[in-house]
Amino acid sequence: MAIKNYILVCGGTGCESSKSGEIFENLRKEVTAQGLDQDVQVVKTGCFGFCEQGPIVKILPEDAFYVQVKPSDTQWIVAEHIIKGRPVTELLYDAAKDKGRVRIKDVQFYQKQYRIVLRNCGIIDPRKIEEYIGRDGYSALEKVLFTMKPDDVIEELKKSGLRGRGGAGFPTWQKWSFSKVVDDPVKYVICNADEGDPGAYMDRSVLEGDPHSVLEAMTIAGYTVGAHQGFIYIRAEYPLAISNLEKAISDSREMGLLGKDILGSGFDFDIEIRLGAGAFVCGEETALMASIEGERGMPRPRPPFPAVKGLWGQPTVINNVETYANIPIIMLKGGDWYGSIGTATSKGTKVFALTGKINNSGLIEVPMGTTLREIIFDIGGGIRNNKKFKAAQTGGPSGGVITSDYLDTPIDYESLGKLGSIMGSGGLIVMDEDDCMVDIAKFYLGFTVDESCGKCAPCRIGGKQMLDLIEKIAKGQGENEDIDKLQRIGHAMKRASLCGLGQSAPNPVVSTLKYFADEYKEHIDQKKCRAGKCKDLLSFSIIPEKCVGCTLCARVCPVNAITGEKRLPHLINSEICIKCGECYTSCKFSAILRS
Amino acid sequence: MAKMTLEDLRKLREEKKKEVEKRDVSGKSIEIIVGMGTCGIAAGAKLTLEAFIDELDKRNISNVIVKQTGCMGFCANEPTVEVHKPGMPDIVYGRVDDKIARKIVDRHIVQDRLVNEHVFDKPSTDIVK
Repeated sequence: MAIKNYILVCGGTGCESSKSGEIFENLRKEVTAQGLDQDVQVVKTGCFGFCEQGPIVKILPEDAFYVQVKPSDTQWIVAEHIIKGRPVTELLYDAAKDKGRVRIKDVQFYQKQYRIVLRNCGIIDPRKIEEYIGRDGYSALEKVLFTMKPDDVIEELKKSGLRGRGGAGFPTWQKWSFSKVVDDPVKYVICNADEGDPGAYMDRSVLEGDPHSVLEAMTIAGYTVGAHQGFIYIRAEYPLAISNLEKAISDSREMGLLGKDILGSGFDFDIEIRLGAGAFVCGEETALMASIEGERGMPRPRPPFPAVKGLWGQPTVINNVETYANIPIIMLKGGDWYGSIGTATSKGTKVFALTGKINNSGLIEVPMGTTLREIIFDIGGGIRNNKKFKAAQTGGPSGGVITSDYLDTPIDYESLGKLGSIMGSGGLIVMDEDDCMVDIAKFYLGFTVDESCGKCAPCRIGGKQMLDLIEKIAKGQGENEDIDKLQRIGHAMKRASLCGLGQSAPNPVVSTLKYFADEYKEHIDQKKCRAGKCKDLLSFSIIPEKCVGCTLCARVCPVNAITGEKRLPHLINSEICIKCGECYTSCKFSAILRS
Repeated sequence: MAKMTLEDLRKLREEKKKEVEKRDVSGKSIEIIVGMGTCGIAAGAKLTLEAFIDELDKRNISNVIVKQTGCMGFCANEPTVEVHKPGMPDIVYGRVDDKIARKIVDRHIVQDRLVNEHVFDKPSTDIVK
């Protein structure tokens, strides 16, 4: 009997944490209980990207897009949608509901997206190799092994213009050809899945939702450069991604898509997983390889580059997850096709993890050259609570901020570099008027200082000194020459640090200094933090004329710093006050003054 | 699972492709909507639905979405089926049994001709929206 409905349940980590596993089980039970298991197939897929509204359940062929589904809703969904054939309006995504539409096409979140890397996420069950194969999986490998020479693969990559998605944007074809030309019988292929930027989860979602695309691409890389062993270096904090990868690797081995004599072509290739302990510096390629070798994860000077002398001193191709996920489709559709998407210097698409003060947080994929305005306002749905956009941060702790003046810049590697930020791995954090730029700089710098491996002095000492200066400014003890000092140390770190971590660590400070110098000035000269984030510069008091004595503030105060009789104006004891702001947010009469 | 040869892989891909393709709705422009209210089901809409899916599968037509809906209010002529195809008028067919369903695929979907004897109405505008 033919299947009439498909129920796709998101099994990404985001939805899983809000009980999508239980929803999946309930739906399966309910479908069986109704005797519909021959007509309806329930599938657990990878991330749909619309994490803001998870858990997500999508029903085909109607393409009904249900959001924030609860395990208890499942009976209802089956009874209404599957049996009676009418959508459960209450659970449909709001924007679509208003227009009386149910289809995912009508959700603006998806309209401007172009999914290449995420092509299978949310469609296939990542734990079933057959479904990946059904989506043209492993046909790129077939094409490469039987009809293309290694040089053809590199030529195709060159035409595609694909550049490394880990952040630096080095042309992939060049990396591969550097390794290929070295005459050595032992070479390696590595997938860098040590995703560490705060707020970034693109690689995790690809590995969770479409692990085979990475395995296929790594095998193609192995064939091209002449390697027979691959490693995926992934952090142990990604249990679902690891489990899906392990399943994918063992299925591929069983079916002969990994191992000896792949598909009878005579080519051998195998992949192993190596777990990282979650050190940010291990995302740096030389530190990552040291970690695989069992050494302490510390970078070493380059050159020699890994492509020539990498893992255990052998030529090694190392690429990021997203870069690999692009490769099978480039091989299938051709480099020219891929090269037709994007801007002059940056081809293809880029996945971004949208987070921060934005309405639709989630995972999106757009063609290169899309403007920040389109990403934040059209796809992201604008700023939460109708606040004003202040800046967007790209590239995590190695990147910088982009202000509203530059919202219409088409995003590519070069344009972001010009603005003093970087593409980075794809984290995009949106900030509104309540965010203090000194505080943001302090956060990122604090992160890199924590994560610095300490091998080279510029990063180890420079980072700490910069952080001390920023903390001083945030406490209201800053002096004018501190800004100059910050810039000088930042410059030295950029020039002299051993690896990308130290070289880019000053970026958040330098870029906020460039665009928000007035905020730093305010902190130094007027001891004022306009966003109210720097606690040491704040004081809370009660305006007696406005206070009605409702006692709410006294009740919410965690340290009992507020006293007063009922119906009489209250008082805050500033010596006890810890400036948590609870009273400020809870007062219904705007009687609390934050200054 | 044993190790596959190239032929095995190709065979498996073809087999699975049909199934997985149905989940991807992008690029599918034609819709066949079968009325599956109580009246429709009583008149045999389930068989009609199966006939559509089967016939489309047989002919390897993949750009058609087959959907179910509730009662279209045209109970006298059940099973009713609504067909949307770009370049063709939106049509409601009535009294569609499995044979007629296969005929609709053949004429309306493939040859762009209406199955005249079963055209009952253009859908009223509120349904179209």
